[in-house]
Amino acid sequence: MSKATREAYGEEIAKLIQENPKIVVLDADLAGSTHSAEAGKVCPERFFDMGIAEANMIGVSAGLAASGYIPFASSFAMFCTGRVWEQIRNSVAYPHLNVKIVGSHSGITVGEDGVTHQAIEDIAIMRDITGLEVYAPCDQWETKAVIDHVASSPNPCYVRLGRSKVEDVFDENKKFDVTKINVIHEGTSKVAVFATGLMVQSSLGALKTLQDKGIDPTIVDICAIKPTDEEGITKILEDNDEIFTIEEHSITGGLGSLVCEVAADNCPKRIHRIGMRDFGQSSDWKTLLKEYKLDADGVAEQILNTLEK
Amino acid sequence: MDLEAMKNHAKNIRINIIKEVSNAKSGHPGGSLGAADILTVLYFDVMDFTKENAHSLDRDRFVLSKGHASPLLYAVLAEKGVISEEELLTFRKLNSRLQGHPDINKLDGIDMSTGSLGQGTSASVGMALANRLDKNDHRIYALVGDGEAEEGQVWEAAMAAGHYKLDNLCWVIDNNGLQIDGKCADVIGPEPFDKKFDAFGWNVISVDGHDYEALHDAFMQAKNYKGKPTCIIAKTIKGKGVSFMENQTGWHGKAPDAELTAVALKDLEGE
Repeated sequence: MSKATREAYGEEIAKLIQENPKIVVLDADLAGSTHSAEAGKVCPERFFDMGIAEANMIGVSAGLAASGYIPFASSFAMFCTGRVWEQIRNSVAYPHLNVKIVGSHSGITVGEDGVTHQAIEDIAIMRDITGLEVYAPCDQWETKAVIDHVASSPNPCYVRLGRSKVEDVFDENKKFDVTKINVIHEGTSKVAVFATGLMVQSSLGALKTLQDKGIDPTIVDICAIKPTDEEGITKILEDNDEIFTIEEHSITGGLGSLVCEVAADNCPKRIHRIGMRDFGQSSDWKTLLKEYKLDADGVAEQILNTLEK
Repeated sequence: MDLEAMKNHAKNIRINIIKEVSNAKSGHPGGSLGAADILTVLYFDVMDFTKENAHSLDRDRFVLSKGHASPLLYAVLAEKGVISEEELLTFRKLNSRLQGHPDINKLDGIDMSTGSLGQGTSASVGMALANRLDKNDHRIYALVGDGEAEEGQVWEAAMAAGHYKLDNLCWVIDNNGLQIDGKCADVIGPEPFDKKFDAFGWNVISVDGHDYEALHDAFMQAKNYKGKPTCIIAKTIKGKGVSFMENQTGWHGKAPDAELTAVALKDLEGE
């Protein structure tokens, strides 16, 4: 089955807002797109559209949290992270207020809207903020687990979601600990692939091509960017010789940098970072993934080319 | 209203502002002195804030959106008995609860961390929305600098408060007409505030920000006004009470040396 992670967010937040009277949901004129509108449909009195004013939305969320509420503030990832970075730092993270920022339409798979709407820096800028938890789930099931987790966490959080319908990696029976890495495939080749978000699907899609070439990598889903499962990542680093990171994000500051930091601290390794090295452009999302070699074939090709060198 | 009591509180608060800034050798005396009468009326006449309920959400709350006036807020909390006068001398020192700009987690009685201009206004809107959800009749107050109102976020917040008709919200614009680079009117010209707030759906009241009775009346009018948030535009003198600081841009964020501190304290004692 395929479903966009933003759709899963809408379903889960609509459930949670009915269960927890302290949850409030805010959006900045994109409630239909982020699916936060689902919460407003079932609980209009605790849904606030703040209009096209993201800085104010973050600040109002801070005020609600300072009053004991648990606000979920949504917009496109570009506008609820980059545009309001300083509001998140100073009005949310520094006062340690319990605000959940949910950014949909992250990465290049926003598609046709193009560069202005394609957040490829959000993991970098959010994970650098002290005290903020950061999650990038890959499918609907992991998304729902993350939304449940952040709703019960006392900490401010950022959740990175996508626009496009993506294949399930897990199923409804999966028991998640969203703060730990998920080994999706145990390989035999001493090659490890760390992936986050939709790149988990691309990595799994690359598996057969790689296996046909005699390479059987271990594939790891990193949903919890922060807190970082250092122990889990270190174990994978220790057990493998060739390490790849794959993200629908700039190769600086995001998952690749995170794994490099863990390696530098615990287990130095050469790490090959796969991701965006430039701004994207407009096109449909599948064409963009192909263009930037982030679809299954592109990931397989980049890994094979690197290993052949 | 006990005018003598108000005068006395304001005098103590101003003296402590000078002591804090002078001792710290840094901080923002001008705006703190200028808004001292506004906060005196708020904390000693209008709000239900006490030493005993300082830790609680179950009271009126205040956001110092112009967070650099922290010496004023700390002096008010000392005058209220929440902190000691000795603690005021830790202002801006290592491990002090009295950070350069207010920190909600350091001290009971600080209702929001502020310092980055404009951001407290949005927080006050969120607090007012929360009070409405809680169906309580507590009020939310915020002190906003006139220079601060050059931040776009202030107007995003004003638009939201007007849209949601937050009549439990009251902002005071500390209209001293000065900012770091000079007169507000010369720097970028954020006025007129009355027309702007009226257009954003607010009840607007203009007062002399040093007239206790006028301030009292404005806060009461705001409290009784239904269907709109209220903006009190309080005309103030930056540096009020200290002869050499009054209406001087240069005393926005500078501490007086020992000699000038003595002059300032003499000015204030003799008030």
